[in-house]
Amino acid sequence: MMGAPVALLQVRGLTAQFNRGDAASQVVKGISFDIGAGESVGFVGESGCGKSVTARALMRLAPEGSSLAWGGTVLFKGQDLLQVNERVMQDIRGRRIAMVFQDPMSSLNPVLTVGAQIEDVVRRHTGASASRARKRAVELLDLVGIRDAARRADDYPHQFSGGMRQRVLIAIAVSCQPDLLIADEPTTALDVTVQAQILRLLMRLRRELGMALMLITHDFGVIAGMVDRVHVMLDGRIVETGSVDALFANPQQAYTQALLAAVPRLDVAGKLA
Amino acid sequence: MTERQRLGGGNAMMSIGLLMLASLVAITLFGTLIAPYNPSETSADSLAGPTAAHWLGTDSIGRDLLSRLIVGGRTTLLITFVAVTLAVCCGLVLGLFCGYVGGLADQVVMRILDVVFAFPVFLLAIAVVAALGPSVPNLILTIAIVYTPRLARVVRGPVLSVKRWDHVEAARSVGVSEFNIATRHVLPLIVSPVLVETSLTLAQTIFTITALSFLGLGPPPPDPNWGAMLSEARQFMELAPLTVIGPAAAIVFATLTFIVLANGLRERLDVASR
Repeated sequence: MMGAPVALLQVRGLTAQFNRGDAASQVVKGISFDIGAGESVGFVGESGCGKSVTARALMRLAPEGSSLAWGGTVLFKGQDLLQVNERVMQDIRGRRIAMVFQDPMSSLNPVLTVGAQIEDVVRRHTGASASRARKRAVELLDLVGIRDAARRADDYPHQFSGGMRQRVLIAIAVSCQPDLLIADEPTTALDVTVQAQILRLLMRLRRELGMALMLITHDFGVIAGMVDRVHVMLDGRIVETGSVDALFANPQQAYTQALLAAVPRLDVAGKLA
Repeated sequence: MTERQRLGGGNAMMSIGLLMLASLVAITLFGTLIAPYNPSETSADSLAGPTAAHWLGTDSIGRDLLSRLIVGGRTTLLITFVAVTLAVCCGLVLGLFCGYVGGLADQVVMRILDVVFAFPVFLLAIAVVAALGPSVPNLILTIAIVYTPRLARVVRGPVLSVKRWDHVEAARSVGVSEFNIATRHVLPLIVSPVLVETSLTLAQTIFTITALSFLGLGPPPPDPNWGAMLSEARQFMELAPLTVIGPAAAIVFATLTFIVLANGLRERLDVASR
């Protein structure tokens, strides 16, 4: 437990299982963690370790067409998100908790201008007028570093590069100044140079807007320098928790050691393969 | 791609189709104004060949054939447009609902539509018209019932796939309601196949309506329509071939319009989606 200030988010014994006919497979096997207001927490693990499903549990987003059942409690500002009704959840999504997805190429609606997509969310949550929402959309595009934002707001997603689209998605996610931003592998689909820019942008926005950040990745390189605390996940469980420095310097678990060893390092002699 | 390019940069097929459509629409809107005679007005010369006064000649009781073709076209096309609009609206609502909501509701609605779909179009149309009686509203209702299942299927298929796309989840993750996701983030992406199917349905509807009218199940006389004209003229085919060729050519032209348009649309929208 964190001590004096009550955590923004308290997850206790979270489970998640997919039900397919008679067969059920549990992908998250009872994990507990806290995220304090303004804190940034990383989740690291290989594909299929349950980190994305954990993130989706916080927003109660089940993949379309699956029967995902959650258990445990997800206390967000004292409210159990797994118990509230869908209406309440819709108000929380985007307003209190927002998410940036892995693939910026497909996460924007191809037939709406990016401006319209930001305006929709702003109007949905703040009830702003069309002209105010428009102003806010341009501000947000500017905030995430899109040049000539007023003009670009009228462009369609296909007129943006991958990195730019991820910026737009980030703009949408932070449009209502959420308390918690979940970034699910936000840089996996991007070039290395663009990755660094997006990570810097996320850091800057977290600072400026005072958001908590939950950063999910399979890449220790992404985590380093970004987060206060790291949870290492394996097979639906958290196997190790610690500060980035502590984990890098002295990994306790064999799995964490193996993960760290899997990152190619430039400062170590020797060739790959 | 700018808005202008997307709307204007058509192909030849599309241009021809639109031109043909424009002439059909003009006939529908202004039919009674441009017809040279009252289509029900009889004259002394029956079954006359083309003359300066009657460009296409007259029918068995001396009515001007050109006027009857134009005004008859108006009736046929009006029924077609209204009926298909109705079928498209019903198909969109049902298809979007079934595809998006899924589950038991989807199964129930689609099985009911399957039953309607399983009947041969003409049998069903004849049954409905026979039960309700031949009138313009009944004919419209019949056509709408007959073609709704097809459109619902054409809508449902792509909805099933589009609702799994990432941008739908992204929209959900910022609190967009399910209704708005369905109408704003799914529906606009499935417009292309629906447009093509609509055009093909228009072609088939014209054919169905004229066939029903030919069988005496169309709008009641004396208002002219292509199907009824064909059936009346059949007996005098040798004496006045134009009385048969006229409506037949009109039917072919109208049907062809929508087939050409459908092909043009398909080509155009395929390019646009690339």
